[in-house]
Order: sequence, then structure tokens, then C-alpha cells
Amino acid sequence: MEHLELFLKSIFIDNMVFATFLGMCSYLAVSKKVSTAVGLGAAVIFVLAITVPLNWLLDQYLLQPGALKWLGAEYADYDLSFLSFIMFIATIATMVQLVEIVVEKFSPSLYNSLGIFLPLIAVNCAILGGSLFMQSREIPSLGLATTYGVGSGIGWFLAILAIAAIREKIRYSNVPPALRGLGITFIITGLMAIGFMSFGGMLTGGDDEAPKEAKTAKVEASKAELENNKEIANNIKVTE
Amino acid sequence: MGLLSKKDTKLITDPLADNNPITIQVLGICSALAITAELKASIVMSISVLFVLGFGNVIISLMRNIIPSKIRIIVQLTVVAALVIIVDQVLKAFAYELSKTLSVFIGLIITNCIIMGRFEAFALANGPWKSFLDGIGNSLGYGVILIIVGFFRELFGSGTLLGFPVLGDPIAKTGLYSIGYENNGFMLLSPMALIVVGIIIWVQRSRNKALVEDH
Repeated sequence: MEHLELFLKSIFIDNMVFATFLGMCSYLAVSKKVSTAVGLGAAVIFVLAITVPLNWLLDQYLLQPGALKWLGAEYADYDLSFLSFIMFIATIATMVQLVEIVVEKFSPSLYNSLGIFLPLIAVNCAILGGSLFMQSREIPSLGLATTYGVGSGIGWFLAILAIAAIREKIRYSNVPPALRGLGITFIITGLMAIGFMSFGGMLTGGDDEAPKEAKTAKVEASKAELENNKEIANNIKVTE
Repeated sequence: MGLLSKKDTKLITDPLADNNPITIQVLGICSALAITAELKASIVMSISVLFVLGFGNVIISLMRNIIPSKIRIIVQLTVVAALVIIVDQVLKAFAYELSKTLSVFIGLIITNCIIMGRFEAFALANGPWKSFLDGIGNSLGYGVILIIVGFFRELFGSGTLLGFPVLGDPIAKTGLYSIGYENNGFMLLSPMALIVVGIIIWVQRSRNKALVEDH
């Protein structure tokens, strides 16, 4: 249950793109076509699922105040948490390099589809952000950290997929010249973020006995909203 | 400006408008949007980026001939991470409350695309003085957008600037509030940052037609 809750929460409520604006650079740069967006999104899920648990272990056994207790009593009051940025980013950069090598060796087809995106990922804020949020939210166990990593990755994937689909369609609509491209993408993302805010009540509202239907109804309502956004985009195209 | 040649001045002024890192090059959006609900946080963030990018550019530029190109990303990340740790520790020591507000976003300066982008595009090919100016220019361009967004969001969202009430007191109904003005709480929520940046881009491109892209 705990896992499911964190999973849903990291996909919808704390969505990387819409709630915290992480990974915006690649989100804006690589969302012109759905196919490339899918490639990058898959690579992000993959890398987040590996680096968040790894950094959780580092944080737990090396960086936290008192984490070095396993070395002996005299190390118990060491606090290395100021090193976390450099440790996390080093882990991420090496893991990305390692993953690239391993994938190239064992699955050339996956490498061909993911390969070009992997170097981009080392500098994607969503990856470092995942680890930093994992640290600041004090996720209690390795299993939950993995769930959090996978969930945030899927959230990011959904976001980039949705914006790429909308951008493919919006090409046919009559946007004011000065807003074309970047400007309208920003505004659409803002509207989508407002849509995603409606997920906020999903896991917090009601007591434990709250009927399941209420929850699903809310999910559906928000889905309808997202659909609505797309429909509006389509309508614009049609009216044109 | 006796100190700066014409070319050097251009390095600083270009990123302020026509080659702005946020609105034109689309770099560094990641950390730019989340912390702009208050003007103060935007200013501190701009100064942090100014420090990291200015000195990072100099360090990378000094090392540019000895970094093997295959591992340059890791080297760059390490340099940035070291600088960011300095900023983070200074903030924690002198402005603890603020560092809580900025939470992980100081750490995320490491992966701020402006920094990697400038390292790759400029510092690896130019001398330290020029790189320093380029770093200053780009982080000023970043800061300008941050401050504009922070200004409007704080003004319309909570009726204050840097924490001082400028539109009167919403509870005692003085100033603008006496004629029925209300704060727009929506401005404080994150989606509005995107929309405000979208509008800035709109205004900028309407004024300068050369920047318009065709889809």
C-alpha cells in the first residue's frame, strides 16, 4: 500500500515537470516529435530507477549525520552531508556512462534507440532532482526509494509524451507569430500543470474508509481534463 | 569603458536581450521557474548562478587544454558541484531561512543547463578573461528574467515586494484594497511561472521580429 501510494504520488501529484519544473531543458528541447520524446522518456525512467536507490544507499551509509556508525563508534558523529551534491552527481555521471557501455554491449537495438539520449541525461535536472528530493523527503527504505525513482521517471515520461503529442498537432493551428514555438509551449505546459494540480486531492482527501469510487472518479475527472486540453488543441486545428 | 573593449562589452550585453539564455537559448529553465514566487529568492538565486557561472567559466577555461574530451562532462560536473557546495554552505551559514525556501534548487544549479551550455559553447574555446565576461553576461541575462518573473508574481500574488507591503494592507483594507482589489493567489502557484515566462517571450518576440520561429 505504501509503495502504491508513493508510486501514484510521484507520478501525478509531485510530477517532476508540472509540480517542480525539473528536467525542463530537455523537456522543451526534445519534445518536437513523439518518437524522440518516447526514447528520452524511457531513458529517464531507466536511469532514475538505477540512480535513486544507489544514491539512497550512499546517503544512508556515507553522507547522513551519523551514517558512518558502521565503521566504528568513533565515526558516529561525522556529518558528511555537505558532500552530497558532488557524490550524487558523480554517481549519476558514472552510472550513465556505465549504463551506456552495458547497453551497447548487450542490447544493440536498445542502444540504437536510447543511445543518443544517454549522454544528455547526465545533465538532466530531473535525475539529480530525483536524488535530492529523495534525500530531503527522507524516504525510509531502499524499496521505497526504487519505487520513487521509477514513479518519478514515469511521471516525466508522461509529461514529455503529452507535450510532444500536443506540439505535433499545434503546428497546424494559427498561433500568433511571436508566440510560435517556444512561447506557446510554455503556456501549454502551464495549462497542463494547472490540470495536474487537480490530482492533488487524490491521496490526501478523505479518511481511510473513503470509498474507492470517489478516488477513481477523481482520476477520471482529471483524465477528462487532460483529454479536454488535447481536444481544445484539436478544435483549434479543426476551426483552422 | 576603458577596461573593456567593444567586443568584451558585447559579451556582457548580448545575453541580456537578443541572446538571452532563458527566452532565446532555452537554457536553465529547470531551476528558474520553481523559485520565483518571491522576489528575494529570485535575487539570491541569480547571485548564486552569477558566482557559479563566472568562476566555473574561468576554471574550465584555464583547464581547457588539459581536459581529455572524453571525460569532460564529468570534469565539468565536478567543478560546478564544488562551486555549488560553496554557495550552499555560505547560504546555510548566513541565510538559513532562505536556504530552506530554495531547498534542493541550489543543488540543482549543478545541472542547470546554462552552466553546462556555456562551458561547452564558450569556456572550452576561449581564454579565461573572455570566459569570465561571458559567464557574467549570461548569468545577468538569466537573473533579469528571474527578477522580472519574481517581481510580477510577488506583486500580484501577495501584494508585497521583497516582503514589504506595497499595495496596502489586505486585512485592514487600506491602499488599493480599500477599493476592492484582491490578491491573485493563483500567481503564487507554480503553473503561473510558466505562463509569465511565456508572456515575456511573447512580448520580446513581438518587439523583435527577427526572433520569431516558424513552429
